[in-house]
Amino acid sequence: MSWMRPLGRALIPIIGALAFSILLLLLVGANPFEALGLLVKGSVGSAASLSDTLTAWVTMVLAAAGLVVTFRAGLWNIGVEGQIIAGSIAAAFVARTVEGPVAVMIILTMLAGIVGGGLWALLAGVLRVYGKVNEIFGGLGLTFVASSLATYLIIGPWKRAGVASTGGTDPFPRDSWLPTSGTLRVSIVAVIVAALAVVAVYFMMRGTRFGLRLKAVGQNLRSAVLFGIPNKRYLLLAFIIGGALAGLAGTIRVTGFHHKLVSTPSGAHGYLGILIVLLAGFEAKWIAPIAFFFAAIAVGSSQLPLQMGVDSSLGGILRGVLVLFVLLFGGWQARRAGTRLAAGSAPPVETVILPASPGGEG
Amino acid sequence: MSLELRDIHKHFGPVRANDGINLTVEAGTMHGLLGENGAGKSTLMKVLSGFHAPDSGEIILDGTQIRASSPQDAIGHGIGMLHQDPLVFLPFSVIDNFLMQSPGGLRLNRRSARRQFEEVCERFQFSLDPSASTRSLTVGERQQLEIARLLWLGARVLILDEPTTGISAPQRVKLFATLRALAEEGMSVIFVSHKLEEVEELCQRVTVMRQGKVVGHAEMPTPASQLVEMMFGAPVQVEAAQPIELGDSLLRVKDLSVKERLLSIEALSVDVRAGEVIGLAGLGGSGQNTFMRAVAGLVSPAGGEINLDGKQIAGLPYRDLLDVGIQYLPAGRLEEGLVQGLSITEHFVLSNPDTPFFVDWDTAAEHAATAVTANFIKGRADSNAEELSGGNMQRLLLAMLRPRLRLLMMEHPTRGLDIESANWVWSQLLKRREDGTAIIFASVDLDELLRYSNRILVFFSGKVISEVNASDTDVEELGFLIGGKVRENQ
Repeated sequence: MSWMRPLGRALIPIIGALAFSILLLLLVGANPFEALGLLVKGSVGSAASLSDTLTAWVTMVLAAAGLVVTFRAGLWNIGVEGQIIAGSIAAAFVARTVEGPVAVMIILTMLAGIVGGGLWALLAGVLRVYGKVNEIFGGLGLTFVASSLATYLIIGPWKRAGVASTGGTDPFPRDSWLPTSGTLRVSIVAVIVAALAVVAVYFMMRGTRFGLRLKAVGQNLRSAVLFGIPNKRYLLLAFIIGGALAGLAGTIRVTGFHHKLVSTPSGAHGYLGILIVLLAGFEAKWIAPIAFFFAAIAVGSSQLPLQMGVDSSLGGILRGVLVLFVLLFGGWQARRAGTRLAAGSAPPVETVILPASPGGEG
Repeated sequence: MSLELRDIHKHFGPVRANDGINLTVEAGTMHGLLGENGAGKSTLMKVLSGFHAPDSGEIILDGTQIRASSPQDAIGHGIGMLHQDPLVFLPFSVIDNFLMQSPGGLRLNRRSARRQFEEVCERFQFSLDPSASTRSLTVGERQQLEIARLLWLGARVLILDEPTTGISAPQRVKLFATLRALAEEGMSVIFVSHKLEEVEELCQRVTVMRQGKVVGHAEMPTPASQLVEMMFGAPVQVEAAQPIELGDSLLRVKDLSVKERLLSIEALSVDVRAGEVIGLAGLGGSGQNTFMRAVAGLVSPAGGEINLDGKQIAGLPYRDLLDVGIQYLPAGRLEEGLVQGLSITEHFVLSNPDTPFFVDWDTAAEHAATAVTANFIKGRADSNAEELSGGNMQRLLLAMLRPRLRLLMMEHPTRGLDIESANWVWSQLLKRREDGTAIIFASVDLDELLRYSNRILVFFSGKVISEVNASDTDVEELGFLIGGKVRENQ
């Protein structure tokens, strides 16, 4: 069955991670089932909690959809967090300076976020492609720069009237806020944008020549050259697309959630995007459910300290352990596949479980 | 120390790199191991020095069977190997490299090691500064460092794998003097090479390998012609390539120079006519591939002109040259030609310049299935590239060639292929001559070079040392030329 394999790939580590977390809860003397029950209730138990979960989901899905593109191109875009911040700064700039009806503001702030995030990623790309700076270090460095820039704006040029506070700028004018209904915090616009983004990435990677060539570049840069693919251009485009989606996530964080620029607009959800993509095996189609699971844990675990006196870091532990289990399981599978291949073919083939980071341009 | 290898077998998948090797090396002798590229010499030496575990067979040292499961084990038994590219840690200092494998506990005794290092260097007149950075050393000096280290670790059998590649002439003289001195002290030296001249100069005995087997032993001096015959097989009756009317001048290379780390090409000129087949002969790494890659725009030339149909193409990237009809097929079929993880269908889509932005996968799969059948590829359209055997990878690569080409360049078109696949490959290639496509290919198979080329260019350390018409030469002469020698007048 073709669908059993990915399902198994996702389920076995999840069961392993749950078992580990239950053990951990028993060790600290908490009732694991009560804790897990609270997790579920806190994340999807009410309209309000579901709406909070969806808010987190939107950021994670957008970041992860962009990361699928860069990871498929063989680029470890660890700078995604910085790209989210850059996008939110650009969106905040528009929200603070431009006035217009809600629909226009939605489009303008989103475009600003796309440009901001895309350009920020392009910086990492230029460093990588022309400066031979590994994108992991370039991305990390640029994240620090972006985060410092946000802080500078908040306590400097964009400081609140009267008091400079690291808590954020003054709220944006109402017309720049993403519309919500009732008291729920999630905006349907954000959910639609995220869903569209993940579908678009899915079709781009699967159905277009661009996606196929990008995969070829990510899998084997040297072969890609001999297929006549302009690999530098493709690497840079992968950065731009990944950054644009991260920037879009940044826009939605500030226009749909904080309603002002804060110094860590993403709530570190960009880094979670990396874990989501790893879990999804770099396939866009698995992003939405996995991101939902992650968002639910993130939102649900915030209930734990209040109700049970268990630290909310349990959610983080559960996610971290889950990823470790997935990687372990993937490595084990690859080793099995590797020995099988080596038995039947000439020089042992190194099985690729993760995209190899390209060594250089030919 | 005397050494005996008994019935060594080593397979890599279906490739029999070593197939029942027997070899005896007497103490105090220098033993040559000859054979063309891919004959299995390096594999055998890696088995001996603990890098590869043999599938079966025995290694006997002074009458005792030993088992070396790692290079550390091997050097413990006194077997040390100097690799073609010396295995040194470039960021380290000379003395740190020297100490790298030193036995003992956690504490390094730098001072005494330094003294011993200087003793070894003095004995062989190596002038190495212990505190210099290894990066600043030439390849020859890195070798000296490795030799010093292996001797200090107690090597009594010293294996040298193609040690003269990339070192200067004076360094070669010094290396040979060192080896002679070591042999006089009772050490066994195994000298792996495909350069006849050096083996003649150094060795007392020679073992020749071909296709994973030992094909003969010889006491030196043995006439070079006999060694050539052993290396490349008995001269085969070669049928001439079907004559074809050559067209006008197509490719004109003038004073091409390329600089690479180990090799530079200087002032290379060649003219190729439409429909012509040019074979590039020479030891591996003598500049054949560098030359082709420069013409293909994959490495940038340092100088010179490359004209195709009278148009200057030097410096253009490969993807532009593809569109003017130049295509290049590398030897590393999976490393450079195909993309692991992509299916045959995806490969055909990638290679087709007319693929629309939105790929119609159903049609693409049908096309791929047709091409798979038409090219006798053993695999399915949805098979991934890495699942194919070497021969089928080559069939796929040929099937993906652009339909109309001006110039096709290939590294080792039939390396590792069985006869049937090899013949099929050449039937496909020769067909292309009818459209006026010129073919340049590098090969170490002398029969292949003689059978299919119009002209053969013999490369030796970055230069074309000889250009011969395939119909005017034979295996023996070609073997001499490749070894860097011109046949003595008869």
